[in-house]
Amino acid sequence: MTDLNLEKTFYEFIKTIATGIPEDIYTTIKGAYEKEDNPVAKTQLKAILEDMEIACKKKRPICQDTGTPYLWIEIGEDFPVKSTKVIQQFTNALRKVTKEGYLRPNAVDPLYFKNSGDNTGRYIPWIHVEPVPGDKLKVYLMTKGGGSEAPSTLVMSTPLKGFENLKKTVIDAIARAGALPCPPVIVGVAIGAGADIVMSLAKKALLRPIGDRHPDPKAAKIEEELLKALNKLEIGPHGFGGKLTALDVKFDYSYRHPATFAIGVVTSCWATRRGIIEISPDGSSKMLTRHLRLVDGECKII
Amino acid sequence: MSEARVFHLKTPLSDEDISKLRVGDIVYVTGIMVTARDEAHKKILEVIESGEKLPIDLKGLVLYHCGPVVRKKEDGSWEVVAAGPTTSMRMESVEAEFIEKTGVKMIVGKGGMGQRTAEAMKKHKAVYAVFTGGAGALAADRIKRVVDVYWLDELGIPEAVWVFEVEEFGPLVVTIDTTGKNYYEEKMKEVKMKAEKIKEELMKIEFE
Repeated sequence: MTDLNLEKTFYEFIKTIATGIPEDIYTTIKGAYEKEDNPVAKTQLKAILEDMEIACKKKRPICQDTGTPYLWIEIGEDFPVKSTKVIQQFTNALRKVTKEGYLRPNAVDPLYFKNSGDNTGRYIPWIHVEPVPGDKLKVYLMTKGGGSEAPSTLVMSTPLKGFENLKKTVIDAIARAGALPCPPVIVGVAIGAGADIVMSLAKKALLRPIGDRHPDPKAAKIEEELLKALNKLEIGPHGFGGKLTALDVKFDYSYRHPATFAIGVVTSCWATRRGIIEISPDGSSKMLTRHLRLVDGECKII
Repeated sequence: MSEARVFHLKTPLSDEDISKLRVGDIVYVTGIMVTARDEAHKKILEVIESGEKLPIDLKGLVLYHCGPVVRKKEDGSWEVVAAGPTTSMRMESVEAEFIEKTGVKMIVGKGGMGQRTAEAMKKHKAVYAVFTGGAGALAADRIKRVVDVYWLDELGIPEAVWVFEVEEFGPLVVTIDTTGKNYYEEKMKEVKMKAEKIKEELMKIEFE
C-alpha cells in the first residue's frame, strides 16, 4: 500500500461531470434540434444547447439540481490504495466541490429535516464497490437529478405475463410522468430475480452511452423497440411535443427465480451527468468519457 | 404547428400585458422575478395572514419556482450560479390563494399546474409559463443582479425568497392563460390516449 492521494484527481473529475455535458448527449440533442420542426419543441432544444454551452464556458453547473452522487467503483485487486481510502478521498473531494458552489448541497436527513450542507450523509454518496482483476481503479460517477426519479417503477410480474407487463410498465411510466422528469429522458429498464436487483441494474444501465446496444441480440431488440414506441408518445422536450421524448432505452437483466419476473424502470433527465475515470497504480489518470469542456477559452468535446 | 408568437415584457406587468397572452406563446421577461418554493409560499402566506407587511410588494411581478445555486463573492454580493425551475405542482395546494393575496401576474416553473391555479389565474388575470427544465446555467446567465434575499437564515439558500433583476429571461412558454386554458392538462390526456395505442402495437412485437 502506498500513500497515493487521489483527492485532486477526484476533485477535477467531479467538476468535469457537474459542468461538462457528455458528448453523446450533446451531439444527440444537437442533431435533434436540427431535425425538429415543431417550433416550441425547437425553442426548448435550443435553450438546452445554450445551457450546455454556458455551463461549459462559465464552468457552472448544467442544472441547479446537481443531483445525488452515485458511484460505481471497480477496484483492481493489485491497485495500491485500499477501497476504504479511495472512498474517503472521493468524499473529501465531493465536499470541496460542493463548498465551491459547483454542486448544490442536496443531502437531507429525512428524520430531522437537516441538510448536511456538503452532499454527504447516511449512505450518501451511494456507492457500489466491485473488486476486479488487475491493478487499475475505475470510477463511474452519476450525479442523478431528483425530478427524473419521479417515473421510477417496480413491478413484480408473474413470469408468464413478464414481457407483456414489461411493455406496459415502460410505456405507462413515461406517459404518466409527462414533462416532470425533464424530457428527453434516458430510460433504464431491467428484469430479473428480485426488486433490488432490477432497480439497481436499471439505474446502472443509464451509464451506457446513447446509441450503444446491448451485446445480446434479444436485449438489443428490446431496447430498440421500446425506444421507437416511447418516441411515438410525442411528449417531447418539456412536454411540448415533437420527435424526441426518449434519448435512448438501456436494458439489462439478471437471471430470474423460476417464480419471479421483476421489472424495474428508472429514468434520467436530458441533463444526465455521468462519466468514467480510470486511474493507474502510479496515480496517473484518464477520462474514459468525453465531455463538452473549456480548452483555451473555447468549448470543445474532449 | 404554426410559428409561436413571441412577446418581450417588462415588470411590473399589467392586466393588459397578461390578457394578450395565450397558451403556446413565448415570452421573454425583463425586470424583477421573485423566487419561492414550498417553504417560502407558506412563509409569505403566514405573514399576510398575520396582517404584517411583506418585505416586498409582489403586485405585477413574476413569481419563480426556483431553488438556486448561489455563491457569496468576496465583496459580500451574491453570484447566481444556476437557477432553473423546480416542479410547480408541489405548490398547487397554496397557489390559488397566493395569486389572490399577492397580485403576482406571472408564475414561472416547470411541469405545469392544476385546475385550481388555472381558475385563480382566470379570475385574477395571471398566467403560468414554463422555463426549460434543467437549463440552470442559461437561467443564471439571464439574471443580472441579486437585488435582495429574504428569510435566508430561516429557510436556507434553496428555499429563501430571492429577488432577481433579470434581462430577457426566457424562453418562457405560456401553458395556462387568463382564459383558463391549461396546456398540460390537455397534453396529458392526449399522451394517455397515444399510450394505449402504442401498447397495443407493442404487444404484437415478440420480445421473448
